Amino acid sequence: MKILKIFIIIFLSIGFSNLKSDEQNDELKSKILKNIRCLICQGQSVYDSESEFASSIKLIVDRKINEGLKEEKIYDFLRKKYGDWVIYDPQLNKKTYILWLLPLLLFLFGGAIMIKKLKFKN
Amino acid sequence: MKNKFRLFIVITFLSFCFIVFYKGLNNVNTYTPGIKDKKNIPIFQAKNFDSDIYLNSEKIFEENIFYIVNIWASWCVPCREEHPLLMKLNKNQSIKLIGLNYRDNLSNAKNFINEFGNPYSQIIIDDDGTLSVEFGAYGVPETFIIDKNKQIIRKFIGPINKDIIEEIKSIIK
Repeated sequence: MKILKIFIIIFLSIGFSNLKSDEQNDELKSKILKNIRCLICQGQSVYDSESEFASSIKLIVDRKINEGLKEEKIYDFLRKKYGDWVIYDPQLNKKTYILWLLPLLLFLFGGAIMIKKLKFKN
Repeated sequence: MKNKFRLFIVITFLSFCFIVFYKGLNNVNTYTPGIKDKKNIPIFQAKNFDSDIYLNSEKIFEENIFYIVNIWASWCVPCREEHPLLMKLNKNQSIKLIGLNYRDNLSNAKNFINEFGNPYSQIIIDDDGTLSVEFGAYGVPETFIIDKNKQIIRKFIGPINKDIIEEIKSIIK
């Protein structure tokens, strides 16, 4: 009887851990798919698109996650195939320095003007 | 003087914005992935069109010649347009045409080949579209030129035409 109980506990714990890992994989898959641009219907993400291209990408992402590839590696794979544009979230590189740094510079510039005005008022 | 300077700055800034947005209006707003650098062909296994045998990419591209990979489907209307040109291209002895049948019904694909002729020396099946993704394609028809080093050197999106045929001929010379 004891052995049976232990067996059931082990069986259930394996089942739960598999369920949890499936849930984590599904979350990761959704996150990745929402960040990939559909090249057929270019206003949509692959997650939202029902195009044939999108369904192939969904299969590829699923396969890559099951192979144990990390999120960034999957993006790298897609970038190699279709270029940077296929990913919604742009990487920080030579081409995107202005894109990333301009808002920060504008923020600093605006902040400096505000501080100067406030000091002037005081 | 100070006000004039401010006005000048504002007008310059607005003119700059106008030029940027006006130029942007004329730009094509659809993205087409091209090939800037040569890419190695993907390593894959694919089912043969005529049998249930699976073929390795090394086996498919084993000869030291140029290969043309054409992605096609029986349901794709532009594929019908380009098919006669592929039949002509097939006569060139220095290249081999590989057909990649994309997300198709096998019997419809076979009817297509029986009706329009078979320009391909080998046809492989991509029933879920993932093999086309490995090639960097996103639709049908697409055509790739693979050189003797087994690298993709050129990619044509959409049906091939006479100009493209001439370009292919000049590349493989």
